[in-house]
Amino acid sequence: MLDVSVAYNRYTFLGHEFLTWLWYMIETDTQKLLDPKAELEDMYIGNRIVLENSSHNRDEVVTIKGDGAGLEEGVIALQKGAKVTEINLVVKAGENEWRFNLKGESLNIGGLKSPETGRVESAEDVEGAVLEKIYLYEKMVDLTNYAYRQFIKSRLSTEWETSIVKNISKWISQAAKA
Amino acid sequence: MGVLSSSVSITQYRVEGTIEDSFLETVADSLTNNAIREIDNEPEDKSVGWTSFETPFKLDFSGSSYIFGTHLIFSLRIDKKSIPAKIINKHLKMAIAKRLQDSEREALHRNEKSEIKDEVIRRLFMRMPATPNMYDLIWNYEEKIMWFLCSQKAANEELETLFSKTFKLSLIRMFPYTAAQLTCGLTDQEKDKMEKLSPSTFYRGQHA
Repeated sequence: MLDVSVAYNRYTFLGHEFLTWLWYMIETDTQKLLDPKAELEDMYIGNRIVLENSSHNRDEVVTIKGDGAGLEEGVIALQKGAKVTEINLVVKAGENEWRFNLKGESLNIGGLKSPETGRVESAEDVEGAVLEKIYLYEKMVDLTNYAYRQFIKSRLSTEWETSIVKNISKWISQAAKA
Repeated sequence: MGVLSSSVSITQYRVEGTIEDSFLETVADSLTNNAIREIDNEPEDKSVGWTSFETPFKLDFSGSSYIFGTHLIFSLRIDKKSIPAKIINKHLKMAIAKRLQDSEREALHRNEKSEIKDEVIRRLFMRMPATPNMYDLIWNYEEKIMWFLCSQKAANEELETLFSKTFKLSLIRMFPYTAAQLTCGLTDQEKDKMEKLSPSTFYRGQHA
C-alpha cells in the first residue's frame, strides 16, 4: 500500500469519479445502488451539488444549490470535463428520510440528518437513543460503502472503458439535449 | 458534534492492532490515564484528552457509561486559549514601559524584550479560560471500525495522535484509496491495476 498522505492526493480523482458515476447511476439505475438487505427504497440528489473542472489548466467550480434547483448547469459543466466533488443526497425508506453531503476527496459524510428519534427525557433514555442513532447512521455509512464498493469493482473492470464510460458519455449527451 | 445531535459529520476509520489484555479493563484504564486536564489558571494554551460524551466537563468517567452493546462512545475534548495579538501588544508595551521606568534605562536589549513577551503571554494565558470543543467518537470494537463525528482536519489529526498514544492502536482514515484497498475485497490483480489508474474522461462528444 502507498503512503497514506501521498495516496490521499494521488487518488482524489477517484473520489470525484465516484460521485460523478453516482449521479449517473441515480439517474439511470438507482435500485442498483441500494443494498436489498438495507431495506432502503429510494435515493436522489438533494439541494446541493458541486462540480470542479481542473482540466486544461483551469480551475472552475460550479455550485448548484437550493431545493428544486435544476441541474442543467451541472450537465454543461460535465460536458466541459468537470467532475462532481460534493453531492447532497436524500435517501428514503417508508416514512423515514436521511439527508447528507458526501465529499469525493475524503468520502466524509457531512451534515447528516437522520429520521427523528425518541426524545431523551431521563438518563435511562440515553442508551436506547444512542443505539437508535447508531443504527440510523450505520444505514447511511453502509449505503455509501456499498455504492463505493460497486464503483470500485466497475472502475477496475474491463467494462469500465469498453462500456461504462461510453454509457456515461451518452447519458451526459442526452441530459444536455433534454 | 454529538452522537445525539440533529446533524452530524462522520469520518470513517479502521482500527489496526489488538489489545492483548482484558479489553474493557485496558480501555477503562487508558481513558482515565489520558482524560482531559483542565488548563484554566494554568500557563498552558492547549489541552487534549478524552472525556465522557454525556458529561464532557467532568474530569473523569465515574458515573458515566461509554459502553453501548459492541460500541464504545466517548469524546475527544480539545481546550484552547487564543489571545488576540492586539491584547498581547498592549500588555507587552505596558510591561516594557514599566521595566524601563524601574531600571531607569532608555532602551532594553532584544533578549530582555523577548523574555518580557514570554512572561506577558504566560500571565495572560493564566488569566484566560480555555475554549472547549468536544467531538464524539463511536468505536465498534468487534468490527474494528470507528466513526469520528467531525470532519475538521486539525481535530482528526489530534484524534489520530491521541488514540495511538492512548491505546497503542493505529487508526487508518478511510478515503478513496484506503477504502478501496481495505474494504472493497479487491483481488491482488485489482490492487495492482489500481496502483496504475489514471483519471477517466467521461464526456466524449455528442452522441446521436
